[in-house]
Amino acid sequence: MSTRLKEGGRRIDRAKQVEFTFNGKRMSGFEGDTLAAALLANDQVMMGRSFKYHRPRGVVASGAEEPNALVNLGEGGKFEPNQRATTTEIFDGLTAASQNHWPSLDFDVGAINAKLSRFLPAGFYYKTFMFPRFAWKHLYEPIVRQSAGLGRVPKDRDADTYEHYYAFFDVVVIGGGVAGLMAAKSAGEAGAKVLLMEQTPHWGGRAPVDGGEVDGKPVEDFVAATVAALEAMGNVTLRTRMMGAGVYDHGYMLGYQRLRDHAPAAKGPRHRLWRIRAGRIVTATGAIERPLSFAGNDVPGVMLASAVRDYVVDYGVSPGDRVVVVTNNDDAYRTAIAVKAAGLSVPAILDARAGGGGALAEEAKAQGIRVLNGMGVAKVHGKKRVEGVAVCRQAGEGAVEEEIGCDVVAMSGGWSPVVHLWSHCGGKLVWNDKYAMFQPNPEASPTGADGEGFVLAAGVAAGAQTDTDFEGLGLYETLRTAVRAGTQAAAELGFKTRDVALPTVSEHDEVAMEPVWLMPQGAGAKLRMKAWLDYQNDVKVSDVQLAAREGYESVEHTKRYTTLGMATDQGKLSNINGLATLANALGEAIPQVGTTTFRPPYTPISMGAIAGEARAETFQPLRRTPMHDWHEENGAHWEPVGQWRRPYCYPRKGESHAAAVAREVMATRDSLGLLDASTLGKLVVKGPDAGKFLDMLYTNMMSTLKPGRCRYGLMCSENGFLIDDGVVARIDEDTFLCHTTTGGAERIHAHMEEWLQTEWWDWQVYVANVTEQYAQIAVVGPNARKVLEKLTDEDISAESLPFMAWKDVTLDGVNSRVYRISFSGELSYEIAVPASVGRAFWGRLLQAGEEYGVTPYGTEALHVMRAEKGFIMIGDETDGTVIPQDLGLNWAISKKKDDYLGKRAQARSFMDNPDRWQLVGLETVDGSALPDGAYAVAEGTNANGQRNVQGRVTSTYFSPTLGKGIAMGLVHKGPDRMGEVLDFPGTDGKTYKAKIVDPVFYDRDGEKQNV
Amino acid sequence: MRGIGPMRRYSAFAVAREAARYHSGWERAWRSPEPKKRYDVIIVGAGGHGLATAYYLGKNFGITNVAILEKGWLGGGNTGRNTTIIRSNYLQDPSAAIYEKARSLYETMSQDLNYNVMFSPRGVLMLAQTEHEVRGYKRTAHANLLQGVETEFVSPQRVKELVPIISLDGPRYPVLGGLWQARGGTGRHDAVAWGYARACSDMGMDILQKCEVTGIRQEGGKVVGVDTTKGTIGCDKLGIVVAGHSGVLAAMAGFRLPIESVALQALVSEPIKPCMDIVVMANTVHGYMSQSDKGEMVIGGGADGYNNYTQRGSFHHIEETVRALVETFPMISRLKMLRQWGGIVDMTGDRSPILSKTPVEGMFINCGWGTGGFKAIPGSGWGMAELMAKGSSPLTEEFGLNRFAEGRFVDESVAAGVAH
Repeated sequence: MSTRLKEGGRRIDRAKQVEFTFNGKRMSGFEGDTLAAALLANDQVMMGRSFKYHRPRGVVASGAEEPNALVNLGEGGKFEPNQRATTTEIFDGLTAASQNHWPSLDFDVGAINAKLSRFLPAGFYYKTFMFPRFAWKHLYEPIVRQSAGLGRVPKDRDADTYEHYYAFFDVVVIGGGVAGLMAAKSAGEAGAKVLLMEQTPHWGGRAPVDGGEVDGKPVEDFVAATVAALEAMGNVTLRTRMMGAGVYDHGYMLGYQRLRDHAPAAKGPRHRLWRIRAGRIVTATGAIERPLSFAGNDVPGVMLASAVRDYVVDYGVSPGDRVVVVTNNDDAYRTAIAVKAAGLSVPAILDARAGGGGALAEEAKAQGIRVLNGMGVAKVHGKKRVEGVAVCRQAGEGAVEEEIGCDVVAMSGGWSPVVHLWSHCGGKLVWNDKYAMFQPNPEASPTGADGEGFVLAAGVAAGAQTDTDFEGLGLYETLRTAVRAGTQAAAELGFKTRDVALPTVSEHDEVAMEPVWLMPQGAGAKLRMKAWLDYQNDVKVSDVQLAAREGYESVEHTKRYTTLGMATDQGKLSNINGLATLANALGEAIPQVGTTTFRPPYTPISMGAIAGEARAETFQPLRRTPMHDWHEENGAHWEPVGQWRRPYCYPRKGESHAAAVAREVMATRDSLGLLDASTLGKLVVKGPDAGKFLDMLYTNMMSTLKPGRCRYGLMCSENGFLIDDGVVARIDEDTFLCHTTTGGAERIHAHMEEWLQTEWWDWQVYVANVTEQYAQIAVVGPNARKVLEKLTDEDISAESLPFMAWKDVTLDGVNSRVYRISFSGELSYEIAVPASVGRAFWGRLLQAGEEYGVTPYGTEALHVMRAEKGFIMIGDETDGTVIPQDLGLNWAISKKKDDYLGKRAQARSFMDNPDRWQLVGLETVDGSALPDGAYAVAEGTNANGQRNVQGRVTSTYFSPTLGKGIAMGLVHKGPDRMGEVLDFPGTDGKTYKAKIVDPVFYDRDGEKQNV
Repeated sequence: MRGIGPMRRYSAFAVAREAARYHSGWERAWRSPEPKKRYDVIIVGAGGHGLATAYYLGKNFGITNVAILEKGWLGGGNTGRNTTIIRSNYLQDPSAAIYEKARSLYETMSQDLNYNVMFSPRGVLMLAQTEHEVRGYKRTAHANLLQGVETEFVSPQRVKELVPIISLDGPRYPVLGGLWQARGGTGRHDAVAWGYARACSDMGMDILQKCEVTGIRQEGGKVVGVDTTKGTIGCDKLGIVVAGHSGVLAAMAGFRLPIESVALQALVSEPIKPCMDIVVMANTVHGYMSQSDKGEMVIGGGADGYNNYTQRGSFHHIEETVRALVETFPMISRLKMLRQWGGIVDMTGDRSPILSKTPVEGMFINCGWGTGGFKAIPGSGWGMAELMAKGSSPLTEEFGLNRFAEGRFVDESVAAGVAH
C-alpha cells in the first residue's frame, strides 16, 4: 500500500495538518503536500480513468507533466476541472473528485471500452460508424461525446478575479532550479534587470533530491545561499508559482502566476498574467523523465523513477512497499537508493543495459539491492494496482525469466530537456544521439527584430554540451551552462560582465544511457498492444505502428491519426517515445522524422487569466457622452453603438418602444426635439494643405468651401465604395472640422492618418480626433430658433445664420459653435459646447424648451426622420458594396477635380454601369412596413438554381408622420421604374408587394429646413 | 501504376476481421509512388481543396491521370489548422451557391469516400448583439430564402434553448437574436484530407508528398509542366491550390495576385464533458466556439493585422478572442487553454475566393479562401474540377480573377465581421 513514512519530507510541515476530501471521503495531509502526495499518503493510488478506454489511472509523475492524476477541484464558482493533482497544493477544505467515470472511480461502465480495445485501435472511428448515414449525428456521435471529455462542466459564474501585469526586463530566467538561480545571479551581477520565475512554490528544482555537493555542502545549502543573494539584489525580481507560459515574437512572453490557487480564501486576484517584453530569455526549464514502453506500463503503481524519489524525499510518502526499478540509465539508481534509505524494499533493479550501470549501481549493490543487467519488464501484473512484474531479457521477445512481486514499478527511459519555450517562437532542435534526446541548437535560436537570437538555454534544458571536456547532465555542467547563459544574455544587451567563478561540485560519474524504445526489443503484437505511449489518450506502441503501416508517415499524420501527444499534457511524456516508435516503424532515423510543433502554453493556463479584468461592465471601455447620466436617469432604452451607448428612445411608463419613437418623432416635427449627437465623430484637419487633403479624401470639392460654411461630404474607399459621410465645416483658412458617423470616428481618423503617413507624408496637414472634447446637441423642430433666441442676444436669424452655415455664439453664457445643419428635414441646429459643460447646457435647453414641449429623442426617431426625408444612412443604405452613384448622390461628386480616393475605381466597367441597383423609395401597397432586408424577386432562377433578384430593402420603418410604412431600397434601374410594383418574399412566408416611389417622403422642397 | 486493385472497404466488419490478427493486414490509405514523366493534370497542393479538385476530376469527368504535388505532408496547411465549421449562410448569391454545394456534399461525404469524416450537422448560430447586426442577419435570412439555404432569424429565448451555457444579458452587448442554420455544423478536418487522398489514390492518382514545386514551365504562353524537388514533371493542365503561398506560385508563372497573407489563430481548451451542442459565432465581440467530440472547446477569432508567413500569431488576438467568449459563455473562465496555433490565410480584397483561369493557358488557380476555406472544400473541388475540365463552371463563374479589374466584387465582408 502507499502511505506516509514515519520520517522525511523536505517540503511538508508535519506540525500543520490539512483536511481535504477526495470523492467525498475525508482525508488529511500536511502543509506543503501536493494533492497527489497527500492522496498517496492516504493509499489512494488510483486517481482517474483514461480518455478512450476508461482504464484505471494512477499518478505517474510528480510535476507539470502528469497526464493521469487530473481531478475536478473545488465547488460552485470556484470549481475547476482537469486540475493536475501533482501541481495542486493542498489547503484546508479542499474538495477534489476524480474524473471520466460513471458511476464511480472504482467501477466504471465505460471501462467496457478497455475490454473492446482490440476492436478500437487508432483511427477505428474513421473506418466505422458510417451507416446508416444519419446515425453518426444521432446515435454514434452522442455516445462518443458522452464517453469522451474529461472533467465536469463548470456551472456557476467564476467567483474569482484575474489581472494582467505589464513588465519589461532585460533578462527573464524561466525555471528556479539550480540552473535558473545561477543564470539569474550571473545576469544580475552584471547589472541587468532580471526576472526569475519558478512554476512550483520552491526554489532549487530537482537538484536537492538528486544529491551531490556544492562547495562541500549539500545542494540545499547552495540553493538557500543563492536565493538569499538574489533577494539582496535590487535589480532582480523573484517569483514562485509563476510559469513561463509562452514565448512570442520579438522577446514578448507570458508569465502565468497562480496567486491564490493554494489559498483560495485569501483576498485578491486568483491568477496574474504577466505580459513581458524581455531583452533576453533564458530557459532553465530542466528535463522530464521518459517512461519505458513495456506491457502494462499504465497500471496504477507504475511511475517515473524520479517521481517515486520525489514522493519519498520531498513528501515523506511511500508510493508502495516493494519498488522494482527498471531503467536504461544510471539516474534511476538514485531512486532505488532513496527508497531503500526510507526503509522500503527494492526487490530488484532491472537495468536494460547489458553492461549495467556505473558508480551509482555499485552503491546500490553495496546496499544489498539486487541488480539484473540486460533485463527488462515483459509484463506488469495487476489491474487497478501493480501486483508484480514478469522479468525478461531486453534483447529477447519477452520470454519470462522470473516473476517478482511488487506494488510499484519505478521506470526510467532517460531524460528529455524541456525545449517547449525554446521552440515556441521558432528555435530549432538537434538530436543528441548519445543521450537520445532533442536539445536546443544554439546556432538557431529564435530571432528578434534585430535578427539576433533572443533565447538562451541553460542547465539540463540546454542538453548535453560538447564545447569542453565535461559532458553530461550532471550538476557541474548544469551550473557551468547556467553561468554561461546568464552572462551571455547580459553581455549581449551591453552589460559589462566578468568571469563568474564556478563552485566546486562533487557528484557521481554516470555511465552512458542506452536508448530503449520498446521493452523487450522483440516484443510481439500482443505485448505491443499493452505498451502505452500516451496514458491519457490511450495510444499504444501498436497504434503508432498501425499508423505507419497505413501510410500516416508524417509525424503530424501519426499524431493526428492516433491522438498521440494531444492530451492535456501535450505529449510531455509521450512525444519522444512515440517519435522513436514511428521512426523504427518507418526504418528512419529519429531526427529525420522530426518533432511536432511546440505550441504555447507550456501547460494549460486559465481562460480567466487570459481575459483578465475585462468582463461584464468592464468588458470593453464604455464611452459615455456628457449627458449619459441624464439619459440613464430619464429611462433611456440603450443601444450599443461601438463602445458608446446611445438612447434608442425614452419610453415612458407603460409605453412601448414603437409608441415612444412615434411620440418623439411627432413632437420634433410639430415643435421641438433634442438629440444628444455627441457621439458623432469630430476630426479637426489643419494645415496649409488641409483643403488639398480633403479634396482627395472626399468626393466633393472641400478646398473651395468658405470659412463659416458647411458642406455635406462623402468619403470612398480606394475601391470606390462609400465608407462614410458627414458635414464638413471650414473654421478658418487652414482649419476644417469634419464630422463622421458615430461608428466611423476612429476608423476615418486612422484612414486619414494612413494616407498622410504612407502616401502624402510631405503634405502639411495634421489630424486630431476631438470627438470627446465637445458635447453636441441637435436642437430640432419648428421652434428651434425661438429656443436659442431665448438664450442669446446675438443675431441667429435665417439671414445671419442660413442653412449650411455655422457661427460662434454665446448661448446662456456658454461659448458655443452653432452649425445650422439638418438630418431630419426640420429647422435644426447642432450646438457644440465644451464637454465639461455639456450636461448643464443640456439641462438649460430642456428648461428653455419647456414651453414648446421639448422632447429628447433617441437614435430610432433619428433614423425614422432621416428616412422620411430620404437621407441615406451609412451602414443601412451602404454595406461596402455601394458607390455614391448608386444612391443618387452624383451631385456630391465633384467633376472639377483630377482625383479623389475611389475615382479611378469608380471608372471600372462594372461600377460605371447603368445596370447597377439604385436608390428608390418603396411603399407597400397596403401601407404596412416592409420586412428588414427583404429582396425583390425577378423571373426565374440562375445557373445555380437560386431565385433571380432585382433589388432589396435597405431601410424600413413605420412613419408616424405619414401614418404608413416607408422604405428605401436599391433596385435594378430603380429610378427609371417609378410606380412599378415589386414582390418581396418574407421569411414569414408572406409576399410583400411594394411600389417604387421617390425616396424623399417628406418635404421634398426643403421648405421646413430652410426657414 | 494502376494495378493495385480497388481499395479494401472500411467497415465495422473489416475492423473486427483485422482485430483477430492484431490489425496487421491494413493496407496503406494512399500509395507513396514515384512521379511519372507526365500527367494530364497536375494539382499543386494536397490540402483539402487540391485533393477535392483531383477527386472530382476523376469522379465527375473521368480524368484520373492526375498527380497531386505537396511540398510538406498532405492536409498540413489550413485543412489541418481550422476550427472545422461548416455552414453556408452567406449573403451574396455566388458565395451561397458554392458554400451550400459544399455543405450538401459534406452530408454524404463519409459514404461517398468510405471514410468517416464525422460531418455533424449540429447547427450554427450567429449571434446578433447590435441593432445593426439584427438588420444584417434578417437580410441574410431573406437572401438565403431565395438561395435555397435553410436559415432563420431566431429570438433570444430560442438562442438560450439552443445553447444553455450562453449569457444572454451581458451588460455591454446583450443578445438580441441570431441567425440559425440547423444544417450547418462541424466535420473532422484531417479526415476530409485523408478520405479524399485515399479515394484519389484508389482511382490511380499519384499523391507526391515532400515534392515542392520550384518552377512552372511554359511554351508559347501555355503551361507544359513544373519543376520540382523530384524533377521536372509534364502536364497539359495545371491547378494551383496552395492557399497562403499562392502568390509565390503565381510569381513563378509571371503574374501577381490580389492576395494578402496573414496569420489566423485558434485555440482549444482542455476537454470537458458535453455542454455545447452547436456552433456559436459572436461577431460583435469577435469570437466563436464549439465543442469537439473529444470535449475540447474549439475557439477562434479575428485574423492578425499584419502580413506574414509564420504560422503563429500575436497573443493579443488570443486575448481578444478569449475575452469575448468569457463574456458570452462565462463558465469557460474556469477552463484552461490547452493549445493555441496559427495558420496562414490568403485574403482577397472582397473576402471571396478566386477560382479562375490565369494569364497562362492551361493554368488554373484556386485560392483566396481567407478565413473560411474548410467549409468550402467539396464545393470548391467540385467547381474547380468542372472549370479545369470544361473551361467554365456556374459555381466558379463569379470568382474569376478579372473581377478585381472590373470592380465586380463578391463582398462577403458585409456579412461576416469575424474570421471563421
